[in-house]
Amino acid sequence: MVPMIFGITLITFSVVHLAPGDPVAVETEMSPKASAQARENLKKLYGLDKPVHIQYFDWLKRFVKLDFGTSFVDSKKVIDKITERIPITLAINLLSLFLILIIAVPIGVLSATKQYSLFDKLSTIFVFIGFSTPSFWLALLLMMLFGVTLGILPISGIQSLDVAGMSFFERLLDWAKHLILPVSISAFGGIAGLSRYSRSSMLEVIRQDYIRTARAKGLKESTVIFRHALRNALLPIVTILGLAVPGLIGGSVIFETIFAIPGMGLLFYDSAMARDYPTIMGVLVIGSVLTLLGNLLADISYALVDPRIRVSGGKN
Amino acid sequence: MLAIIWRRFRKNRLALAGLIVILTLSAAAIFAPVISPYEPTKIDVYNVLSLPSISHPLGTDELGRDVLSRMIWGSRASLKVGFIAVGIAIVIGTLVGAIAGFYGGRIDSLLMRFVDIMLAFPSFFLILAIIAIVEPSISTIMIVIGITGWMDVSRLVRSEFLTLKERDFIAAAKVAGAGDARIIFKHILPNAMSPVFVAATFGIAGAILTESGLSFLGLGVQPPEPSWGNILTSGKNNLTVAWWLSVYPGLAILITVLSYNLIGEGLRDSLDPRLWKSSDRGA
Repeated sequence: MVPMIFGITLITFSVVHLAPGDPVAVETEMSPKASAQARENLKKLYGLDKPVHIQYFDWLKRFVKLDFGTSFVDSKKVIDKITERIPITLAINLLSLFLILIIAVPIGVLSATKQYSLFDKLSTIFVFIGFSTPSFWLALLLMMLFGVTLGILPISGIQSLDVAGMSFFERLLDWAKHLILPVSISAFGGIAGLSRYSRSSMLEVIRQDYIRTARAKGLKESTVIFRHALRNALLPIVTILGLAVPGLIGGSVIFETIFAIPGMGLLFYDSAMARDYPTIMGVLVIGSVLTLLGNLLADISYALVDPRIRVSGGKN
Repeated sequence: MLAIIWRRFRKNRLALAGLIVILTLSAAAIFAPVISPYEPTKIDVYNVLSLPSISHPLGTDELGRDVLSRMIWGSRASLKVGFIAVGIAIVIGTLVGAIAGFYGGRIDSLLMRFVDIMLAFPSFFLILAIIAIVEPSISTIMIVIGITGWMDVSRLVRSEFLTLKERDFIAAAKVAGAGDARIIFKHILPNAMSPVFVAATFGIAGAILTESGLSFLGLGVQPPEPSWGNILTSGKNNLTVAWWLSVYPGLAILITVLSYNLIGEGLRDSLDPRLWKSSDRGA
């Protein structure tokens, strides 16, 4: 985990510093009269006059203390900008992970148990279309349908303008209305992917000897499927969920930009547009560390649900 | 062997349909100057945001430009990005995977850690960070999608190399005095390529999705040069008045990506010798 984070910081730093163009140029290109002296002062301010590897270690030292410097845009601390945005992005991603799980697993299980049935064929078609649909296009279509034609859902932001005068439940409802579209869109691709995985995982389990044994000893079909097969089929799905995290976080750029949701994705988009180097580096590192944590959580829950690892874990 | 693969591929109707769509589309992209009814960048202030009609089958955008012509020209961007980005990814991924799998040991674990680290970045974030610093353009995104998308290929190639290098014909080649490079490129690589072709087909689908997303955000193909993604940007800006600007380009992306995915699925089945039946070998 620690070497991984080290590698992440190294790549982040290299991407920003080895690319052509430097932050001082960005700040001074607006004012062509900025003297050479002013440029030098700016360089000194950001430590850009030092050799690259010294700059990296300086940055790393501050990174350990979660100090990413201050934003070029509004001189706020980068870490504050990020922490105020994380909860929204995390909430949307967790909600869509939940949505993915409760929709995709039943679809996968049902199409596996009824392989080659009409339902199986329909869900396969859905999977292929789900894989191939650009999420931002889906967002546009749904905005058009629910926001413009039917006019029942708001199409931007996370709360209404008059939210101050609302009671708690009205606020909750308001919030839910704003989040329905972004959450379903960020879940859409994942549902397609995960239902495919749960289908193949379930198909594999159903062919096992212990399922035949369970059937042979006269258990009800529902007991066989839900007690014996499903539990085993769910194991690989946990890992896949962990692997879905980088895609979800990355995807947040697109739907947060479309729906004007002030989360990490929109922050990243804005700072990329403004070439706000400290914020770009901060979000890139935090985003990847979140991904690592997601994978770690998946590994841990895998160990928790799989008795084979739980039992043998003590020996290794 | 190619004949067997083609015979199996042909039986998969969906994959065949995908192939026909892609061939048609490539033809449209190549002959764009001949078949597109208008200049894709010709502004017509008298026909701003006009509904689909006989003279403009897919309507016009906010500058009166013909959407059908822009979409035909825009298909060039998608095809170019798909092939070149995936080409870059395959070259890098194959080299990394081949070296890691062939030499094993420290080199292998070092390279694979690097792959793990690259995979930890939310891919869209990394792409966006690079594009923010370098100027956005079609060549930038092709390169950036390529250098951020090779990791799966390298894992595939590595695992093929791990099993293939233990086989007898490799031992025979060594005994015959072949050098490492010769063994890697002439003896192992050709046998390791079929999963790479499958991954490449899916990769093109993914690259087209990424390109359209970036262009939609204004970070890809720059207007006035048309791409399906940046036509959708005007769709978003005119969401309440011009549905045709949003519906058609997105449909084009969906159909193209779907076709590549179907071809990939078909290739996967027809390239796997374990699934070959004696009837496939035919006459």
